[in-house]
Amino acid sequence: MNPWPWYVAGPLLAGVLFTMLYFGKTFGFSSNLRTICSMGGAGKFADFFNFDWKAQRWNLFFLVGTVCGAVIASQFLMTDHAIDLNPKTVAALQDLGLSGHTKSYVPGEIFDVSRLGSIKVLAILIGGGFLIGFGTRWAGGCTSGHAITGLSNLQLPSLIATVGFFIGGLLMTHLLLPLIF
Amino acid sequence: MKAGKYLLIGTLFGIILTKSQVISWFRIYEMFRFESFHMYGIIGSAVVLGAIMVQLMKRSGMKDIDDNEIVLADKNKSIIRYLFGGTLFGLGWALVGACPGPLFALLGAGYWTILIVILGAILGTFVYGLLRNKLPH
Repeated sequence: MNPWPWYVAGPLLAGVLFTMLYFGKTFGFSSNLRTICSMGGAGKFADFFNFDWKAQRWNLFFLVGTVCGAVIASQFLMTDHAIDLNPKTVAALQDLGLSGHTKSYVPGEIFDVSRLGSIKVLAILIGGGFLIGFGTRWAGGCTSGHAITGLSNLQLPSLIATVGFFIGGLLMTHLLLPLIF
Repeated sequence: MKAGKYLLIGTLFGIILTKSQVISWFRIYEMFRFESFHMYGIIGSAVVLGAIMVQLMKRSGMKDIDDNEIVLADKNKSIIRYLFGGTLFGLGWALVGACPGPLFALLGAGYWTILIVILGAILGTFVYGLLRNKLPH
């Protein structure tokens, strides 16, 4: 029940990409967020959401599958949620005051239900989600649509987007997280 | 459209993300500190194999399941939207440690507070839709 190494996960992800292309669809997860907005009636407020979202139902089924897959993996295919981190990363986490990697996928200081009373924690959760939703639609895709599908198709826009992902990620990790925590 | 096959391939996707710890906040933090090869190996090998596959598909003229030509639509040429949008996305990715697929996988793995992040992501998408005509693309 060990975690899968990169050389198992990477080729399997390429297999997911291949299967979706064979099904005649483009692999891109974040489009679901736009579809969810349209389903909720966002088309009344912006034309961007006036499209035939029912044609995107296949992607919503993919989303439901993703949730189910995570249930199956975490309930039946793993013994614990410990992450075997680089000791340097562990030391940096201690400096930030974040913990939990020996038993959980996420730091309790941000994601424990008991922390929801904190305005700061709520702002991190909502603000982080907001940046992801806003940024991915502006960039026209997320990690699956750009970094995997777009780069596999050797598209320059996807390379620029992936560089952007890293500019933002490096700024957050090295400059902003130490200020936030 | 047959829902079952998309449910099934989505399920495989969720299992891969969870079993390989891609959905872990800590793995993303470690990746952006360049202290592990794990995430780079996963994305890198997926892209290298994916690129070979796409080339072979194009050259062989392979047809999809409905006997249509397989088309990967080219993205519009631009720099600003990809760079600015991508950077905002990256800030969020490193803050909450998950991109859109993993957000939903974390929900399945039982991390309930991720629902608030998902609501934030839907809100962000909605606000983008409102401001879209005022943003450079």
